[in-house]
Amino acid sequence: MSDTTYTDRSGLMRTFGRDGLLQILLIANTFIMIAPIVIMVFSAFKPSMAIFRQPFAIPDFTDLSNFEAIWTETHFVRYFFNSLLITGSSILAILVLGSMAAYALGRYNFRGSSFLLLFFLAGLTLPLKLAVIPLFVLMRKMGLLDSQLSLILIYIAMGLPSTVFIMTGFIRSLPGELEDAARMDGATEARIMWSVMLPLARPAMVIAAIHNLVPIWNDFFFPLIFIQNDLLKTLPQGLTSFMGEYTTNWGVLFAGLTFAAAPITLLYIILSRQFINGMTSGAIK
Amino acid sequence: MPTPRGLWITCLILPALAVMLLFVAYPIVSALAYAFYHWNGMARGEFVGFRNFYDVLFTEPYKSTVQNAFINNVIVFVTLMVVQNGAAFILAYALWREFPLARFHRIAVFLPVVLSTVIVGYLWKLFLNPLFGIVNQTLKAVGLAGLAQPWLGQSDTALASLILVNAWHWVGFPTLIFLAAMQRIPSEIYDAVRMETESEWVKIRKIIWPLVAPAATIVFVLQFIGSFNWFELPYVMEGMSGSPYGNTDVLALYFYRLAFGNPGAGSSDFGHGSALAALVFIFITVFATAMTLYLRRREIEL
Repeated sequence: MSDTTYTDRSGLMRTFGRDGLLQILLIANTFIMIAPIVIMVFSAFKPSMAIFRQPFAIPDFTDLSNFEAIWTETHFVRYFFNSLLITGSSILAILVLGSMAAYALGRYNFRGSSFLLLFFLAGLTLPLKLAVIPLFVLMRKMGLLDSQLSLILIYIAMGLPSTVFIMTGFIRSLPGELEDAARMDGATEARIMWSVMLPLARPAMVIAAIHNLVPIWNDFFFPLIFIQNDLLKTLPQGLTSFMGEYTTNWGVLFAGLTFAAAPITLLYIILSRQFINGMTSGAIK
Repeated sequence: MPTPRGLWITCLILPALAVMLLFVAYPIVSALAYAFYHWNGMARGEFVGFRNFYDVLFTEPYKSTVQNAFINNVIVFVTLMVVQNGAAFILAYALWREFPLARFHRIAVFLPVVLSTVIVGYLWKLFLNPLFGIVNQTLKAVGLAGLAQPWLGQSDTALASLILVNAWHWVGFPTLIFLAAMQRIPSEIYDAVRMETESEWVKIRKIIWPLVAPAATIVFVLQFIGSFNWFELPYVMEGMSGSPYGNTDVLALYFYRLAFGNPGAGSSDFGHGSALAALVFIFITVFATAMTLYLRRREIEL
């Protein structure tokens, strides 16, 4: 009966079929997503004139003069290590504090535990950007303006809700038998947590770490407000002053963008599965 | 006197709780409190009641900028909901099939998501440059020179350009959420309906969408919060004043301008800035909650 119902197909449908059309669409989309990034990398190896005249031409990849300019004339390498330090310490602290809290909330039943979990979860949707004036005043009082510690503290606060959310769910799902067995053997609560349960929670830690890695590494708003000293700037923040300085030399501009995009892009290409799981984990049950 | 077990639990929770209280709860509560004071520079001034709120909503020079920015925020949200999510749904539907190179397509669609907004903003600012940018160059090369224009420098294309760049940057996120939801549809259900009808549209409406909808709810709410917080991309591509003629002015940009726009000059307007932040915050919270409840109850029917 279904054979006769749907015969009124459009011309395109008749030529390619449904799957053919979808495939063409996918290929076109992949091109749109990747081409700008490829052109950015190509342009980083070209002198400005070549960028304007032959934007799509494959460059001479041995011409590193734009990158030399970045290396010698800017603080990009410094910005890179600042970002590494800030992101690394934030993620480490998020994992330590987040695992501790998630373990308590996931493994023990105590008065107020569900309220505490809700309190952490509320942080998931609160836009901290809008509370930046009090944060600024608070950091000024603590003497932390123009210091990287101010950023690390804010990033820990930003990262804890999702980490507690991801890890509490996971830790709750771990079997209780192992815990009971260890308790019968006389292990302390701390020992059970450290040697028995946390090693099992490692997959959730990886997910939580990647979930926080991208927003912290890429953040631009908080450095903009808290960091003035050029030597303390992060990579995205440093990029803004650099783009303002080199407005005419497009080769160097594209090299700067390529340099800034390279670390996270390469990491993503190597660990794409973990990245996709990590970044989308908050939204999928 | 707490028991040893109680002490242990307290030790586990306290550090994280302290960070959350000091750097999330306290700033958000004070952001509301600050809005009731006159702030002109370094120290808090006199209590002025609802004066700052009144000024921001009904008095110039605040009123017209806030109205303009709010309208832009609404435009951003609505177009992203339609354009970005429409594209994302179609892409997810295509990626669901086991086409050749499916894994490669999935990696590609998500690639821009991991890039910083600063990188994406400058990249497209260079591409959209009226004289040397690749967009206008290409249009001229293919004989469409008439379409070439100063995309970011004129009022009727500036916001649209920013929205499209934002869609390019983020489309992979809803795509993968939708895809993950589609992949969880049990094949028995899908096969059963395939026997009943051949119409793809019926399958989408009866099977795919109802099962994708719960995941979509979260995407919609996050996009709503993100749209009314939109700051980085307009700041990077159009600068602090949201030129031309305030066409890309959005609330977060105006909030930043009020609070930190004149650093060192002692003219930071923390009072009006906080009032605006508090209004946006209340608006986001109320509407995000209402949206969540409404969409959950309706299960988002088509």
